[in-house]
Order: sequence, then structure tokens, then C-alpha cells
Amino acid sequence: MDTNLLKRRSEYAWEIPQQGAMRVPAVIYASEALIRDMDDKVYAQAVNVAALPGIVEASYAMPDAHWGYGFPIGGVAAFDPDEGGVVSAGGVGFDVSCGVRCLHTGLARRDVLAVQKALADALSARIPAGVGSTGTIRLNAAELDAMLAGGAKWAVERGWGLPEDLERIEEHGQMRHAKPGAVSQQAKHRQREEMGTLGSGNHYLEVQEVTAVYAADIAATYGLGRGDIVVMIHCGSRGLGHQIGTEYLKKMVLAAASFGLRLPDRELACAPINSDLGIEYLGAMRAGINCALANRQILTHLVRGVFADLLPRARLPLLYDVSHNTCKVEAHRVDGHTRQLYVHRKGATRAFGPGHPDIPEALRAAGQPVLIGGSMGTGSYVLAGTRESEARSFSSACHGAGRAMSRHQALRNWNGRQVVDELAQRGILIRSPSMRGVAEEAPDAYKNVTAVVDAAEAAGLARKVARLEPMICVKG
Amino acid sequence: MQARWEHFSHEADIGVRGIGATRAEAFEQAALAMTAAVTDPAGVAARDAIEIVCDAPDDELLLAEWLNRLVYEMATRRMLFSRFAVRIDGGRLSATAWGESVDVARHQPAVEIKGATFTALRVAREAQGWIAQTVVDV
Repeated sequence: MDTNLLKRRSEYAWEIPQQGAMRVPAVIYASEALIRDMDDKVYAQAVNVAALPGIVEASYAMPDAHWGYGFPIGGVAAFDPDEGGVVSAGGVGFDVSCGVRCLHTGLARRDVLAVQKALADALSARIPAGVGSTGTIRLNAAELDAMLAGGAKWAVERGWGLPEDLERIEEHGQMRHAKPGAVSQQAKHRQREEMGTLGSGNHYLEVQEVTAVYAADIAATYGLGRGDIVVMIHCGSRGLGHQIGTEYLKKMVLAAASFGLRLPDRELACAPINSDLGIEYLGAMRAGINCALANRQILTHLVRGVFADLLPRARLPLLYDVSHNTCKVEAHRVDGHTRQLYVHRKGATRAFGPGHPDIPEALRAAGQPVLIGGSMGTGSYVLAGTRESEARSFSSACHGAGRAMSRHQALRNWNGRQVVDELAQRGILIRSPSMRGVAEEAPDAYKNVTAVVDAAEAAGLARKVARLEPMICVKG
Repeated sequence: MQARWEHFSHEADIGVRGIGATRAEAFEQAALAMTAAVTDPAGVAARDAIEIVCDAPDDELLLAEWLNRLVYEMATRRMLFSRFAVRIDGGRLSATAWGESVDVARHQPAVEIKGATFTALRVAREAQGWIAQTVVDV
């Protein structure tokens, strides 16, 4: 992106001044180097979002922003229903509530090294991953609806997890006001064999070691110390969420004209929050969030089973679970007034600062944990929400590294088996049913996650707490 | 002209493009491009047939609908498709798709398709023939 097109608000905040159809400015948080590498389409998409009805304050893009669907991936935008504000299926994305959760283990590196291969094999055998994989759980129509209304809380009530897990999940594990009836039979059918599956693409399950601690006080509050082993799970709402995204995107495209919306890009399709379609979508999308929360909860239960067999002294309490494709109703201060806004985060993580009432009590003083996934050969990070991010991005931060090249290019550059062998030499065991999938997900196909989190910290969006490096990675 | 497919670059996902002498042929090739995002279509046996019928108010929405119906069939039947016969009559598409069940060891499927998007969505008649393209979310 050409920096001459931008007004530099500060070293890490770049403004696209309000112009043309824009109702508010757009602001991109990034270092100069990240901005220069950023796709021009982020500029166009951030501008398009700034033109949507009812948008409040600004259209924001996080340091990992890249070309998305209508909204940039790494986009944050808040809408006020009383000012004609809209909800956008594209602004949430196809993988509703895709997210990351992090489990403690109480183990050290040497514990994992003693059983590393057996642990990798057992996780790979017990966690359904990849195209065509199926879970062992089959839900009848009534149970499926109970899952869509209950989320992780439903899963815990059915025995998949512990009651204390729930407070460590956004929304206490259950997104309220979900409407299972707004989810089509096709979406439900698509989920029939997919409960408790990891998916494919950039989704993964990793056993990781804490290799650096940057904020000792926050890390202590989070229960993270150098050398600790954690498990990180990245996945979303599976086929059900994908189908909700597909169907409502189409409905919004077809209905746009009836709402008087003239869209520069069909993918921006949206509906007024206060319209029948907007309300239906919100009900379905919240059911999709519950599906993702239930799915990550079931996967957690499966992981605990594997550890119980191989490392029986391990205990795997949940540190935290974040979702990075959502639209949520939140109270935010705008021009000195508290307003209830519909905040879209498309490839962006909620990052409430210290003291926020929605953060679990034990972590509240430190700020909300923000879990950032890197590529399989590099690192991941735990960040903490800051007070400043409220004024900068409706308390939002980045979500990952973002791809540096297309899958096609990655396939030309690498061979999956070679990638697996090279990582094995570095002590990282990869387990995947697809070597082509591994090649497409090769570590260097992704941008440098460290540059992204450093920029997020420098911009005041979140604070760096700890770095994590993989020892085992299960890919779909 | 020889009908063909190709991929085009999208930062996070994959652009699929079909090119053919007719709109229907371009739609068939776009579907083949989508399969190629998952696995080599040459390795997928055209063994079992399924029928798809859908409609949409314009060509571009029809392409998105066609690909999304295939995504649904791939996901729920756990199949891959390698041969397509598409007929388009006005805004209505009827098609037969041939394929087989996913065999992970043999197909090495790289990604599952979440959905066909409206990004870079285009159906048009150009000098080289009809093109039908969009980005699929993986």
C-alpha cells in the first residue's frame, strides 16, 4: 500500500481521511513496513466499510489486515442500530466464530519429550482432522437445537468438559439470543457428522512451549511461565457455520436493493440491524457461535483424554477461548457517551482492557487474554487487552500472521514431506493426513507473526505477554 | 476453443476460473477448478452421479449458487467430483456431477471448501470465450 495515500496519525496509526461516500474515516494500525507490504485491496475494502450506514467512529484494520470478502480480514467496524446501522454476513465471514483456545497442562518440555512421538500419534488418531473426517458424536434434531442454543455450556452439561471451563470462554461459553430456528435444515445437515472435528486449511491443534515471557506480572496472573507446556486449538463452527454464512450472504445480496443499499461490492451485503433479515441473521450467527464454542469444547475433552492416557499427571484447565469472526453487541464509549454497538470483528480478536466486567474475575486485573496463532513452524503469542484499545479500536486486536503468498505459490515452493522432515529435525512433529495441505501451510507461506504482534503492541491495541513455540502440530 | 480452468491468486484463499465456448462450459470448468483447489481432479474417478438444479436472478449469482450447491454436496456426501455436465436455460441451471467418495490417502485433500464467495465474482463473454470466476473460501 502506498503510504502517500494515508495520513499518519501516529507512528502506528494510519488514517484514510473521510472522502466520497465514506461516512467516517478508516484507520489502519500497523508499522510502516507492514503498511508497505499490505495489499491495496485492504485500502479499498476499509473505505467501502466506512461507507456503510450507521457505522460509528471509523472503519478499523488491524496490523495483520489482508484482502478479505467485502470487509478486510483484520477488519473491525461498529454499527449503531438507532442510526440505521447494519449487520453484514460478509463482515463476520464464512467461518462464524472461528477462534483459538489455550489449555494449560502443568507439564514441562522434558515431560513432553519423553512421549512426544506417542503423544503426536495419539492426538492425530483421536482428533478428527482434515477433509472428509467425521466425529463420533451424532445429534438428533432436538439435541442439535440444544447445542445451538447452549454452546460450550451444552457440551459441559453433556459431559464434554468441566463446569469451570465456562467462565474462561467469551460469553461464559454460551452466546445468548441464539435462534436455532433461523438455521436452515441444510446447515444442520452439514453439521451432522462434524461435531468434534478440527477441519482443515489453517486450522490446527498444537502442543506448545512457552519460550519467552514479556510481561511477568500478567503472565503470572494468566498462569504462564517460561518452559510451561500449553495446548492451542484453532478451529471454528465447521460446516454449520459455513452454510449459515453462505445462505445469509445470498439473502442479503438479494435483499440489498429493498433496503435502499447501493453496494460497491456484493460481498459487502448487509441488512439493517432492525430489519427482519438482520434479526434472523443475528439469531443464526449466534447459533453458529455456539456451534464453534461447543466444537472447541468437545475437542478439549478429546485432548484431555489423550493426555490422561499418556501423561496422567497432567491437568488441562482452560486459560481462555477467543473468537475472531463475530458480530457482538457491546457497550462502548463514543464521544463521552456509552452506546450499545454491534461490533463486527472479521479476523480480529476482542481485547478488553484491565477491569472490564466481562473478563473472568481471576484474570480481570490483567486484561483479557488475546490468543494469536502463528504458522506451524514459527510461534504463537499470548497478548493482553489494554485500556487504550477501547479508544483505538473498540477494544480489538489482531488475530494471526496472515498469509504471505497464495496456496498455489506455496505448492510450487514446497513439498509437504520435506516440510515435515525439516520441522522434525527442529523438534516439531507434524501430523496431517494431507502432504499437499502441509505444503500449502508451510511456515514461510505466512507473514512474520512477530512483526504483527509487535505492531499491535506499539499501537496500544494489546500487550505482549508470552511467546509460544510448537512441539507437536496436528493439521487437517 | 479448448475449455479449460485455472486458479488466480487471492491472498488468503483461492480464485477459481472456468473458460469455455459457452456459459455452461465455463461453469463446468469453474467447478473443476474448485475440485483442483482440494485435489488433483485427474485422480478422482467419475464413478457416481448426482443431480443439481438451482436458479438465480443473474449469471453471477447463478455461478455462486452452483458452486455452493457443489460445496454442500461435497461436504455432506464426503465426495469429490471430477466431471460435470451443466445445462443453463435462462436463470435455471441443471447439472450432473460425477465423482467418488473422498479417499484421504489417495486424494491427499489439501483443504475443505467453506463456500464460494462473491469476491472477484464475474461471468462474462470475452474474446477468448466465456469466463466464470469467483474466490472460494478455504
